[in-house]
Amino acid sequence: MKTAVIVFPGSNCDRDIAVALESVTGTKPHMVWHGDSELPEGLGLIALPGGFSYGDYLRCGAIAARSPVVQAVVEAANRGTPVIGICNGFQILTETGLLPGALMRNAGLDFVCRDVPLTVDNSQSIFTSAYQAGETLSIPVAHHDGNYFADAETLDRLEGEGRVAFRYGENINGSARNIAGVMNAAGNVLGMMPHPERKIEAAHGGSDGRRLFEGLLAAVA
Amino acid sequence: MKLRIIVTLKNGVLDPQGKAIQNALGGLGFEGVEDVRAGKIFELEVADSTSDAAIDEMCRKLLANTVIENYRVEKL
Repeated sequence: MKTAVIVFPGSNCDRDIAVALESVTGTKPHMVWHGDSELPEGLGLIALPGGFSYGDYLRCGAIAARSPVVQAVVEAANRGTPVIGICNGFQILTETGLLPGALMRNAGLDFVCRDVPLTVDNSQSIFTSAYQAGETLSIPVAHHDGNYFADAETLDRLEGEGRVAFRYGENINGSARNIAGVMNAAGNVLGMMPHPERKIEAAHGGSDGRRLFEGLLAAVA
Repeated sequence: MKLRIIVTLKNGVLDPQGKAIQNALGGLGFEGVEDVRAGKIFELEVADSTSDAAIDEMCRKLLANTVIENYRVEKL
């Protein structure tokens, strides 16, 4: 599967996700610079990595969401290309409007950096097909602004349409209804604060994250 | 033309930073601070011909995230 990782000034998980994608797909991803306005043809996945794009100026992900390459990502997503945004990538996806809601400062004001229990809410998506619904994973988080906010009507709609992919097993950041990851209505765009790319092999202390990419590869290829 | 754009959190959106500032004021001995909401102010110098519609678009497209924030424009 051909994949691309978008690299912004201030991205710092771009190489982690590149290693994870190469390990699972057997092919090196295209690393696409934020100033590019075109994406490679025939992509099976576009990844927006974690980090602090543009120094998190204005709001986390706000400037990145208006960069030329992200306009191309939005168009690709609207044509059905799978897109995953992890951590800062999730913040960028909400800022583009591809995903509803916003990520705000953690309720406890602390930067939270540790493994957290993560429950799979919906195993019917291309991103979660290798998991069982209700299964609890251990995946690391590392963020200051992961407090998911959306109005009650939007939250009800997300839950009603099965668009909550993951929830925290404990309230780590004040997120509404413990939501850790959500999908768009078409199911080809996922944003999540936890870092599956940091749990790919035994040396990482587990491989719960690997199955996300394996399931995606099986679903898309 | 000088613009001042004031961005504030919508009612009902929790503001952990405002809460921390409120607690810090209490810690300094200021009593009766019942609530603090943190926001942002942008001062822009724009061409006099800039239309209200364009100013509004700047706010909606970038300066404020209307999912969580309100904005108000003052012409100085």
